[in-house]
Amino acid sequence: MGVLVDKGIKAIVQGITGTQGSFHTKLLLDYGTQVVAGVTPRKGGTRVHGVPVYNAVKEAVKKHGANASIIFVPARFAADAALEAVEGGLKTIVIITEHIPVKDAIHVMARAKQHGATVIGPNTPGIITPGECKLGVMPAHVFKPGIVGIVSRSGTLTYEIAAGISAKRLGQSTCLGLGGDPVVGLSFVDVLKMFEVDEDTEAVALIGEIGGNLEELAAEFISREGYSKPVVAFVAGRTAPPGKRMGHAGAIIMGGAGTAQSKIDAFEAAGVGVAEKPSDVARLLAKRFEKEKYI
Amino acid sequence: MKLFEHEAKTVFSNYEISTPQGGLATSPKRAREIAAQINAPVAVKAQVLVAGRGKAGGILFAVSPREAELAAKKLLNTEIKGFKVQSILVEEKIHVQRELYLSIAVDRSNRCYVAIASSEGGVEIEEIAAATPEKIVKVFVDPLHGFRLHHARQVAKRLGYSGSRMENLATVLLKLYEVAMDYDAELAEINPLVETPEGKFVAVDTRLIIDDNALYRHSEFERRLTEEGEAELPPLELEARKSGLAYVKLEGNVGVIGNGAGLVMTTLDVIQLYGGSPANFLDIGGGASADVMAAALNLVFSDPRVKVVFINILGGITRCDEVARGILGAKGRVGFLKPVVVRLVGTNEEEGRRILTNAGIHVLDSMEEAAKRAVEIAKTGG
Repeated sequence: MGVLVDKGIKAIVQGITGTQGSFHTKLLLDYGTQVVAGVTPRKGGTRVHGVPVYNAVKEAVKKHGANASIIFVPARFAADAALEAVEGGLKTIVIITEHIPVKDAIHVMARAKQHGATVIGPNTPGIITPGECKLGVMPAHVFKPGIVGIVSRSGTLTYEIAAGISAKRLGQSTCLGLGGDPVVGLSFVDVLKMFEVDEDTEAVALIGEIGGNLEELAAEFISREGYSKPVVAFVAGRTAPPGKRMGHAGAIIMGGAGTAQSKIDAFEAAGVGVAEKPSDVARLLAKRFEKEKYI
Repeated sequence: MKLFEHEAKTVFSNYEISTPQGGLATSPKRAREIAAQINAPVAVKAQVLVAGRGKAGGILFAVSPREAELAAKKLLNTEIKGFKVQSILVEEKIHVQRELYLSIAVDRSNRCYVAIASSEGGVEIEEIAAATPEKIVKVFVDPLHGFRLHHARQVAKRLGYSGSRMENLATVLLKLYEVAMDYDAELAEINPLVETPEGKFVAVDTRLIIDDNALYRHSEFERRLTEEGEAELPPLELEARKSGLAYVKLEGNVGVIGNGAGLVMTTLDVIQLYGGSPANFLDIGGGASADVMAAALNLVFSDPRVKVVFINILGGITRCDEVARGILGAKGRVGFLKPVVVRLVGTNEEEGRRILTNAGIHVLDSMEEAAKRAVEIAKTGG
């Protein structure tokens, strides 16, 4: 079943007529995701890969009963697009766009909370429940249906680790990218809670990086709540210098806070296995399940 | 983008936050003139974008215009923490009764802005947090309602103020919030905010950092950034910025090019794990055209410390054969001036590998093996 997205998702693509929007709409359709409509202001009435395009979210929702959106709108207009999705009543909103100003992101998150919508991103590869639904830009063939829930702050690093998990025949229940920006819609704790009650998820791979304190909060949550499923963590940026943004807007050590070491220490103190290198994530998980088999 | 102290102060005084009387000088003569106008003891402050400027000797005091001229002469010829002092701020020295700390910052995990204040200003907030955490007051700002005068009063009251001083302090904090919102600040900080014996509050040192992603809304600073660059950036980082590459200079000798921030950070970590030392972070993002790859290679090769370049690409939506053609195109254009180790996996990897192998470029498929190989070459020269 996985979390947040399944076969029942009826998605719209905001920014469907752009290069990225159109390209990924094709891949979403190929994967079997129900893309019921697209939205691009002033392009209503056209079609992209057979998907009808509307000028506004409300029209698309009214005509097709959409319940989710994936946003490819350029940074200057993306927050507005997300607010339109929130006000249009969509409950799962994936913002792929990078470079949205933090002030705008903060506003979007507050409005989403008010309307009971879940925002994934911004600056995220999205979410995939292998074999069921993809609402994202990740290369689908890397993922196989299985038992590991992946939650991550990055894109390609996640594909690297997911490929390792697929190769060990564990597969994934759902893989969700929180997004590489300083302010994003979901935290590790939010997603850990979802995985905890998801029947298909038997273990969690948590992929963090420098900046902020979401990893520390996750470690605290795991130890405080006595988290019931095994978690393996990986933290990128052990060699990152302070005060420098490492690609992601959110990957920055500020005033000594947000270092990889602080996150690793927090996980270890919480009894969470920390992988030293990406390939260790799948190895640690596989070892765990081999052991259980013989008990 | 970090603003210089004098730029931030201009912004703050436009919002009626009082700042010391003074002026910017790029010559000792001008510093003397400004000091003469002020006609009182002055502080002479190096305009550099590094933290801990005071401790590094970047702030001098003078009691006469002649002394101000000498102080300026001294500062304008120095480097502070590796950065050349190109201008100085000459300001009247403010009488201190008490030094406070005020800021508006982004609270990432609570997804909101936060007002932070302390009665123990004058040192960095991290030091206050470590020494006297109980003396820090924080108020989270509801994004849908904003920070209001009554919130600001509450903060001033919690710092121990009442009456007109409470009102004055609250007004400064409210104005600071307005600056932060209007300028898309990641951080708007006054430290110290000096309370004078007369009960005035003066912003003696200020910091304003604008969210890079919002710079398009602040064209005056965006223009300065593209024209002059950010003075704190090393030359290679400035060049990278112009070509739109996410590059960070490090101290080692293994050059790195990869796609995706997390993957590149991890590549650096793995290099270190195997005993090597990365020379840079460079994320070329999605797609890897010959243009982008050539620009990336040029940049990494131009670092004299680099002994080997490790290209680590995981093809997702971007196909490996496209990446391979990009690498070949770049090789044709700039040449492989130093040894290059390529790791290429993902969509269409067989085709990608075939293209590169046919051109005599050896391709590895494990990131860890490739990192080991690159470290070995850096140590032995091949």
